[in-house]
Amino acid sequence: MTSFIARQLGFAYGLHDARFEFPRSGLITITGPNGAGKSTLLGILAGLRSPYHGSCTFGGKEVRHWPKREFARKVAFLPQSVRMEFPFTVEEVVLMGRTPYASGWFQTAEDRSAAEEAMTTTDTLTFRGRDFRTLSGGEAQRVILASALTQRPEALLLDEPATHLDLRHQLSLYRLLVELAKSLLVVAVTHDLNLALRFSDRVMVLEDGRVAADGPPAEVLNPALIARVFEVQATVHARWLTYEA
Amino acid sequence: MKRSVLSSAALLAIVVIVAPLLGSSHIELGRAFAGRSPDHEIFFYARLPRVILALLGGAALSVTGVLFQCMLRDPLAEPYTLGVSSGASVGAVIAICLGWRATGLASLVGAALVLLIVLGMAVEGRRLSSFTLLLTGVTMNSMAFAVILFLHNLASFSQSFAISRWLMGGLDAVEYSTLAGLAVVVVAASALVMAYAPHWNLLAVGDDWAASRGVSTVRLTALGYIAGSVLTGLVTSLTGPIGFVGLIVPHALRLKLGADHRALLPCAFLLGGAFLVACDTLSRTVIAPTEIPVGVLTALCGGPFFLWLLKSRRRSLWL
Repeated sequence: MTSFIARQLGFAYGLHDARFEFPRSGLITITGPNGAGKSTLLGILAGLRSPYHGSCTFGGKEVRHWPKREFARKVAFLPQSVRMEFPFTVEEVVLMGRTPYASGWFQTAEDRSAAEEAMTTTDTLTFRGRDFRTLSGGEAQRVILASALTQRPEALLLDEPATHLDLRHQLSLYRLLVELAKSLLVVAVTHDLNLALRFSDRVMVLEDGRVAADGPPAEVLNPALIARVFEVQATVHARWLTYEA
Repeated sequence: MKRSVLSSAALLAIVVIVAPLLGSSHIELGRAFAGRSPDHEIFFYARLPRVILALLGGAALSVTGVLFQCMLRDPLAEPYTLGVSSGASVGAVIAICLGWRATGLASLVGAALVLLIVLGMAVEGRRLSSFTLLLTGVTMNSMAFAVILFLHNLASFSQSFAISRWLMGGLDAVEYSTLAGLAVVVVAASALVMAYAPHWNLLAVGDDWAASRGVSTVRLTALGYIAGSVLTGLVTSLTGPIGFVGLIVPHALRLKLGADHRALLPCAFLLGGAFLVACDTLSRTVIAPTEIPVGVLTALCGGPFFLWLLKSRRRSLWL
């Protein structure tokens, strides 16, 4: 069973001839040097970048042809960070994820229970009433994740979700993603090869807008490939540097 | 939410009932309704149309302020700071000079043109630069002022008088038929905008944020700018440029109500109306029988408020 299928997928100058098939569940990380096309690819999958060349389908239907509202019930996207200008509360931000299900001006009991559930999962319930702008980076990231979860998606796309987080929060975020990936597809763009190696089921490496490697993390992330793509000498240790919370 | 909308409506009702009774000469409501002179004329032909115009104008400018701040994600955006009001003024002054009757349409075109220029200047790829936005707004304001001064010099004596009266942002009595037309447009445009209140919430966070939750951002943004130009253009053509209403009212409301547009938009409509009616009443009573143009009063209140916003301790959060 597949979710996303890409054939000869391209976008302006950022992406060329990408082809892959994603399963219905599991954690896939996309990595690569700056400007390799990671965010562009994620944006296409999220239905935010069009027109793209070639084909990219979700559930058998071309992404750009999906009605937006219906697509938002299947695929949720987490931006790298959210710059909030206005005093929305945490709960309001989380409830925004219910928009693709909304039928009018007011939230339903189901919306509120979905928000409650997502806030419990992400451990954000305790500050539901706080102004989003007063949150720390880690708290904000969890709230954004909660908002995406209220969409009840089949696929969750995250753009560098751990970038602004300290080690402890990076680990707990990825643990949560692994947990979620048991029942839905999680695709995360990351620069952290250790996180990719340790947590993902599959790693896709992009280089100059092309897929340079795609497969199980232990096979893909070898010193030869890392040297070629990232231009650094990597050493694979018998024991990886592990952090524990 | 319902409570704040209801209390805003109540406040507006009180202001609208009290305002026409206040003024340089004392009138009695009973005599006015009985058709007795001069109370009847003062109430129905001098004060009531002004109050209605102020109400519609304040409501329209506040709603536009909320819209611009939301779409640009910039707390300092409003029709006046972006130069949109000045664009509308140039349109209206050109119409006055050429003797056109369609000042409203000319204003609307002026407002829309300036908005296009300001947005075109401030777009950097997929982002809008707040600095460029405001600097372009300032530049458009000065250019508009220069054009108006130039036209003013060329104009005949009576035109020149009409222009300067109008420029000071006055709310002189307008005919009821004009007011009815304005009311229809302002109420319809505001209602249309309010119907999308939940979607404005998402757009206030970000374009991708809204689009990835199923909102048609392009259509919504187009609606916002068209509604904003129509509201600003039409109101400005009748009242002259009135600044800062779209800044003071939305920000005061956000402090009290938070950022939810479902409460913010209706309250901005109601209290924006109440605010301008109150300002206008003040402007014609403080040093009666001389009137201060209402635009002078709102600028005197709004200017310092704008500076405070800039300097405020929330600066790191807001800019």
